[in-house]
Amino acid sequence: MAARPATILADGLWKQNPIFRQVLGICSTLAVTNLVANTLFMCFGVIFTTALSNLTVSLLRNLIPVRVRMMAQVLIIASYVMMVDILIKAVAPDIHRFIGPYVGLIITNCIIMGRAEAFASQNKPLASALDGLACGAGYALVLIAIALVREPLGFGTVLGYPLPARGLWWHQWTIMVMPPGAFFMLAVATWIARARFSAQEKTEGTEKKT
Amino acid sequence: MASSDMGLFSSFVLIFVSAAFTDNILLARFLGMCSCLGVSKKVDTSLGLGVAVVFVTASTAVLNYLVYNYLLVPLGIEYLKLIIFIVVIAAFVQIVEMIIERVSEKLYNALGIFLPLITVNCAILGASLFMLNKPYTLLQAFGFGLGCGFGWFLAITLIGGIRERINEAAVPKGLEGPGITLIIIGIMALAFVGFSGMIKI
Repeated sequence: MAARPATILADGLWKQNPIFRQVLGICSTLAVTNLVANTLFMCFGVIFTTALSNLTVSLLRNLIPVRVRMMAQVLIIASYVMMVDILIKAVAPDIHRFIGPYVGLIITNCIIMGRAEAFASQNKPLASALDGLACGAGYALVLIAIALVREPLGFGTVLGYPLPARGLWWHQWTIMVMPPGAFFMLAVATWIARARFSAQEKTEGTEKKT
Repeated sequence: MASSDMGLFSSFVLIFVSAAFTDNILLARFLGMCSCLGVSKKVDTSLGLGVAVVFVTASTAVLNYLVYNYLLVPLGIEYLKLIIFIVVIAAFVQIVEMIIERVSEKLYNALGIFLPLITVNCAILGASLFMLNKPYTLLQAFGFGLGCGFGWFLAITLIGGIRERINEAAVPKGLEGPGITLIIIGIMALAFVGFSGMIKI
């Protein structure tokens, strides 16, 4: 698989978007998207971890015995997540208080594990780092889009700044920042994205179902 | 906070119920979604994975509680907790996998790829991480882990039941699969929001 950098980027961002296409990494998508600020920190963590863990897994891919591969990957990922955790705690302790456990859960984010397994363990280091970056960015795009809907609808604010309509004629939909709102938003987003996908592919039947 | 004048057993039950219903790990904390979307197509596979998760969550919560309080805290290396927890969980899952393989080949075949995925099931690591937010005793930590696992089991079994029925309905094309499942989960989450405020811990 000698993919060109542009193809890798496009795949990660849209064609093989981890959330819409591969249905991976849903947990954190839902949990942190009620505030845009939380989402930004989470996205930073995920991009950082996917890119670097892909790079590391790829560098070590010929050294790690196949049988302990998963274990080694988890350990590599966990070390990077620990760095992110400490970093966010130092930079933004308030945000860390809320998203702290979810930052730890980046370890079990299937996107990272999935890319390490599917791409990095078979490709060259640079391509793998780029793939990690692209997938992280694809994930970040979806998260930010969802957060940009949930926060204004639920709190009437963006990044904590109130919108002009707040308190005048806009009544906050509390449900949007509660768990059910997250599920509905992601469902709608997936629906739109999948409809676009099937419109793009004329060939039926190639569509992957989960 | 569970007050100390409460009996040991009643605080255990209270934590169990609140972890299973008011703070359902799947519906309120969004953990374990990936394997949930993957496995919940049928009731019996849901049941199988659900039972495995209950068992693993409760056991690893206790193990991680012991490791954290009696190993990491005295040594002052709490920041290593993420790595240690995931190693404990991975090792434990490996053992459970070997046991299931021996005991029930049918279950083993049905769960297939999802058994190793229990390691990366965020519900399990999540239960251990959220457990640290509160000053639980060992028994309460066990109740919390058990409750988290049971809540997940309950949610995935219900979703599995609904999805079995929905297969026969005509769903718009783009909404098939994960889309409609997310909407089902959303409606269930709405129902579980009704539990919130019932118990304050």
